[in-house]
This record gives sequence, C-alpha cells and structure tokens, in this order.
Amino acid sequence: MLPALARRAATGLAVVAGVVTLTFFLLRLAPGDPVELLLGPTATPAQITSQRHTLALDRPLAVQYVAWLRRFARGEWGTSIATGRPVRALLGEAVPATLELVGLSLMLSCLLGVAVGAVQASARPRVDTALSVATVTLFAVPGYWLGLMLVMMFTYWARALPAFGRVGLDGDLLAGGPWLADRLRHLVLPLATLTLIGIGGIARFVRGAMRDVVGQPFVRTAQAKGLAPFEVMWRHVARNALIPVAILLGLSFPALFSGGVFVEFVFAWPGVGRRLVEAVLARDYPVVMAATALSAMLVVAGNLLADGLVGWIDPRIRQRSDAA
Amino acid sequence: MKRLLRDRRAIFGAGVLLVVVAAALAAPLVSRRDADQPDIVATRFLPPLAADARGAIHPLGTDRFGRDVWTRLVYGARISLGVGALAVLLAIAIGLAVGAVAGYWRGPLRALLLAFTDIALALPRVVLLLLLAALWRPSAALVIVVLGLTGWMSVARLVQGEVRSLAARPFVEGARALGISRARILWRHILPNALTPVIVAAALGIGNAIMLEAGLSFLGLGVQPPTPSWGSMIASGRDTLVNAPWVAAAPGLALVLVVVACTLLGDALQDALDPTRGSRAPPAL
Repeated sequence: MLPALARRAATGLAVVAGVVTLTFFLLRLAPGDPVELLLGPTATPAQITSQRHTLALDRPLAVQYVAWLRRFARGEWGTSIATGRPVRALLGEAVPATLELVGLSLMLSCLLGVAVGAVQASARPRVDTALSVATVTLFAVPGYWLGLMLVMMFTYWARALPAFGRVGLDGDLLAGGPWLADRLRHLVLPLATLTLIGIGGIARFVRGAMRDVVGQPFVRTAQAKGLAPFEVMWRHVARNALIPVAILLGLSFPALFSGGVFVEFVFAWPGVGRRLVEAVLARDYPVVMAATALSAMLVVAGNLLADGLVGWIDPRIRQRSDAA
Repeated sequence: MKRLLRDRRAIFGAGVLLVVVAAALAAPLVSRRDADQPDIVATRFLPPLAADARGAIHPLGTDRFGRDVWTRLVYGARISLGVGALAVLLAIAIGLAVGAVAGYWRGPLRALLLAFTDIALALPRVVLLLLLAALWRPSAALVIVVLGLTGWMSVARLVQGEVRSLAARPFVEGARALGISRARILWRHILPNALTPVIVAAALGIGNAIMLEAGLSFLGLGVQPPTPSWGSMIASGRDTLVNAPWVAAAPGLALVLVVVACTLLGDALQDALDPTRGSRAPPAL
C-alpha cells in the first residue's frame, strides 16, 4: 500500500513540475514583451534595459528558469499586475471557496450518481431507458449554460435564490444562523449546477460497471442460494462495481475541476477557477502561472486521495502492492 | 454495420448529426440574411415565432441587435462543428503518431512517451486551454490547435495498447520475415488494424471538442464576435436573460442535442465494434 502510494506521489510531483516548466516556457514563447507591457509605450530604451535587468530577464533562459523554480517552491509567486496584490494572498483566499464547491459537489454527485446507476442496473428496461436519457443529457449539458438557465428560473422568475458570489452584500454583518443561511443560499445554485452534471457522468459509468458485474457467476450463485435481490445488489454487486468507480473518480477529477472553472465564472464564485479566468482575460501573467500550477496541485492531490480510496475498497490491490 | 443499424442510439445520433450538418452546409438556403436591417429598435428582442414590421417570421426570435437567432444558430453550427471536427482530426493525428511510436518501439522512448502522456492526461484540460488561449490572440485557428494539443492523450493510450498487442501477432512476424521495413509494417499492417478504438474515441471526442470550443467562446477566448459561435451566442444571451431568455436558450439546446448525439453514436459504435462488451451490457437506449 505505502510503496504504491509513494510511487503515485512521485508521479504527482512530476505532473506539478511538468506544469510549472510548461507554463514558464510557454510564457517565454508567447508574443509580447512583458517589460514593454509593464512600462508602457512611453518608456525609453534605457528604462527598458534597466527594468529588464531588475527583473533578471537579461540572463540566460536556463538561469531564469532555475531562479523561477526556486522562487516558486519558496512560495514567492510575485505580484498581480492587474490588482497589485500579492499572488499568494489572491489565490490563498480562493482555494477554500473552490474546495468547498468542488468537494461538496464531488461528494453529492458520487452519492446520487451511484444511487441512480444502481437503480438503473436493477430496474425494468423502461425505467432504465428513461433514466439513461436523463443521464446522457445531463452529461452533455455545458455547466455555464445550465447555470444560466437555473439563474433564469430561480433568480429572475421565482426570485428565490441569489445568483452571484459566495456571500450577500450584508454578509459581514451576519452571524450564527442567518450567516449560515446566507452562505447556504449562495451555495445552492452553483452546487446544483456542478452536481447535476456530475451525476450524469457517474451514473452512466456506474450503470455499466454494475451490469458487467451482474453477468458474473458469483452473482448467480448468490441469487441461487436465495438471497433477496436487494442483498445481492448491495452486498455483492455494488461492492465489486465500486472499484472501477473509485478509479474513475480519480481520473475524472481534472474534468470536475474544469467544469468548476466555468461554473465559478458564471456564478462569480470567488474560487481558483474564476481567478484564473479573470487573470487570463486581463493578461495577468503572474496570476495565470500560479493559478495553473495550483490547479495542477489540487488535481494531483485529488488523484492521490482517489488512489488511497481504491486501495481501501479493494483488498486485492492492497495485498498486491504490499507484496511488491 | 447491421448491429449499428438495429441500434436506436446509432440511428438517433447519426440522424441528428446529419440534420445539423446539412443545415450548416445549406445555411444560406434555410435561413435569411438581411444585410440592411431597417429598424433595429423595432426588430430587436422579438420572441420566437413573432413577425417583424415587414412580416418576416423569426422562428427563434431576435437578439438585441435585431438579428435572427435561427440564422445565427445555423451559421454558428458551421463554426462549432467545423472547429470541433478539425480539432479532433488534429488530436487523432497526434495521438496516432505518439501511440504508434510508443507501442512499436521498445525501450526508453516508449517509457518517456508514456510518462509524458500520463502527465498530460492528469492536467485539467480547461486550465491548459485557458493558459494557451491567454498567450495568443484568440481566433478559430488557435482554438483548433489548442483543442488538438490538449486532446490527443486518450487516443495515444488506446493506440499504444492496440499496436503493442498487434505487434506480437504472427502476421507481423510473417511480414518481418519477408524483409519488410519496420516503418512499412507499422504503416501498412499494424495501424489499419489499430484504428477501431480510434473511431469510438473520435465520436466521443468531437462532442467534447464542440463543448469546449463553445466554452472558450463563451469566455470570449474563442471565436470572436460578430462571427456567430454557439458559445459566444450564449454569452451574449447572458446579458438579456431577463427580457429575452431565448437568445441564450436556443444555442444551448442545440449544443446539448449535438453532444448527446455524438455520445450516443460513440456508445453504439463501441458496442458494435467490441461484441464482447455488448453481450454483457445490453444497450441503455
């Protein structure tokens, strides 16, 4: 178990290192001189040369790269060009918001997705077909569009839920119960959007995985010894079908995070995804670089968690890696 | 093929795609393009099926500039489908090349390519897309390149596995015994046999690419207005959600329909091409 996880952690580190390297070289490849951008069109050649020297941009690329890696590892992520605030503070505020939204959505879509998939695997063909139409549609809906439609229904027509941000305008004045209610009301629409889409993907996969297991001999044995259908489903089928589902969770984490970027943008949710989009639109390169690396780290952490989960569910994997 | 024709999913998916492609190709015939709009104020925000001052019917209403939403939807289909198809072609080309090399040549090159693929696969694709879109000026060509560069990994893995198992087959050994060069064996004998999973990946990938193109255009990083793309149409409908919800609703519904069609077609293809799977799990639809 532990050696396997250590190997995965090493791969994860390689991913983060790869992303950091990629962002560095892509930014150098891109057209446009950051110094001219910084100083504006009125800068004299002398000013440009001195600024370039201050920013160490006149040094060889390899030296710049190593220096940048060192600064990045120490957490010196620079200052945002657009807002003038330190990048670390800017993104530090955003991480909890993203974790709240994406984490809760992951849990909810797993629970509901597995439930829907399991119902489909054991239901009559007609019910199965109806649910399949629903899940394939949810799977195909773009998050930002679903978000807009929900805003239209629940904010503009029903006037029931807020559409933007994480707290209300009077959020700082609230405490206790009203504070929690305000936060929850703001959470409902983005969470519902992200979760509905997640359910579609997970239910489709769970249905297939459970159908595969249902056809196997040990399930027929369980049925033959007189177990109730529900018992067979939950004790024997679900347990085996959950293994591919847990593996899928790790693999779908990047996709979930990607979906979160659009949903955060539409709902003005102050998370990493929204900061990234804003920075991209403003050409705020220090923020873009750090947010990209941070997203990679969040995704790698999610993958590691999923790997641990697979080992916990499936004793065979645990033993195999213990022996190795 | 027979299996495919009996599959309701395949019929629906192929049918929808055919209709949308036909509408996109015949856009000038099935829509109206008014070069001179006489009175923008009078014709803007007309609800679906309403007639304007000149008696012309707008099946999906008009937007804030008095433009016919149906017309823009049909012309937008050209962009959305075209960009999606080209991006998937590029992704498949890269994936085939990487997968073939990694599958056929043993040694450090394989390990390196596979590690690179895994790393690329572990990244959130939208983050990469945003990063690339931030660096260069947005355009349809950039979207195609960027989607291709971030979409080849799953194809590479499928092809790699397939090539690897094919390379161990007797017919490849036979070809080698005849003195055929390695490159020719790979190109003429192995790759054609490894294309099956690529077809499925293409069908699923095109839906994904169309959705991502719309996402980038929605953020203003894709195809630039006034060229209609489904994503930028949704973005422009965002501001008029209260008084003209159809402006955002129509392109979104079109997008969902096309992506559902691609997914169902991909599922059906997978079951038809891989009978072992199909027999165990009966089709969902």
